[in-house]
Amino acid sequence: MRKSKFWSVLVLTLISCICGFFLAWVFSLAKDKIEENQKKSIKRAVYNLCPDCERIEEKTIQGKIIYCLYDKKNNLIGYGFCSEGQGYQEKIEVFFVVDKDIKKLKGIEIIESKETPGLGARINEGFFKNQFKELDITSSIKCVKHKKSEKNQIQAITSATISSKAVVSIVNKGIKKLKTLLGK
Amino acid sequence: MKKIGILNQGLWNNHPIFRQLLGMCPTLAVTTSALNGLAMGLAVIFVLLFSSLVVSSIRRLIPQNVRIAIYTIIIATFVTIVDIFFRAFLPPISKALGPYIPLIIVNCIILGRCEAFASRNSVTSAFFDALGMSLGFLWGLFILGSIREILGKGTILGFKILPSFYPPMVIMILPAGAFLVLGVLAGIMNRLER
Repeated sequence: MRKSKFWSVLVLTLISCICGFFLAWVFSLAKDKIEENQKKSIKRAVYNLCPDCERIEEKTIQGKIIYCLYDKKNNLIGYGFCSEGQGYQEKIEVFFVVDKDIKKLKGIEIIESKETPGLGARINEGFFKNQFKELDITSSIKCVKHKKSEKNQIQAITSATISSKAVVSIVNKGIKKLKTLLGK
Repeated sequence: MKKIGILNQGLWNNHPIFRQLLGMCPTLAVTTSALNGLAMGLAVIFVLLFSSLVVSSIRRLIPQNVRIAIYTIIIATFVTIVDIFFRAFLPPISKALGPYIPLIIVNCIILGRCEAFASRNSVTSAFFDALGMSLGFLWGLFILGSIREILGKGTILGFKILPSFYPPMVIMILPAGAFLVLGVLAGIMNRLER
């Protein structure tokens, strides 16, 4: 009996089922916590980039979540939006905040990236991200290798041009998408 | 006494990284800092302990021809639990380790110990073998991560220890640095044994 093919199939099926149910149970315990963590990291990003913000309201347009930011007097002061695209190795997810006319960028935050440690991963560091603060976005942002000469330019990280360019194009794409979603 | 012998196999005599050269992918890839090495080591302790215990306790039920598939399913289950746990409770570490947590599934230390030891020995022996091997892996990763972090960033576990005039050697954080440190450490281990 134990040598038969039927026995092999039975044991394999049984073990797979037990493991599957067990995993489903563990995941159902942790699911809320994981979602909460993602929301928390976005909220933290909003308060970092836009200290005046007092209240965040989530709006869903065509399946995309737009974060509307309000100040103390309940005036709309800007929008937050997540955008993602291909980086050097894996996709990069960027969260950015713009003012209410979508003319100025308030800043960006990298939510998820798996770039090369020490090189591409430096997109997470302040000196790169801070370049996006108060950036003019009436025309699309450009990524340059030399010192920036115009106000809508970002200087790329040395030896991580692809990652820097990826972040810039992801932000550009996100701004375009946000404009179409809001009909502006 | 026999149990201590089994434990010692993993901790020194038959060290998984420096002697058996197993699990090279996580060893080289995640040890960019001491903390990452530590987190990876802890994850492997959990996975190796539980999969060895399960494999050893059902070893008489497992048919020979599908045994590797069964080990892999059991290992994958425990790895996924670790992944979910890190994502839920330690998001920064989950972010730093990225895809290497799911890749513990194909870490040959775990499959190797299940096949070579747990499937042929009693549950208690399997427990001590798994403990020894995974603790050995942990200290190996920690030493490797510490050396790379000290030389590459001048810090250890995030604290600055080298003076600021020391120029950080970025190569130590890059994959090449991992190979260099691993080679030197394996050489030292060999020398000590002679």
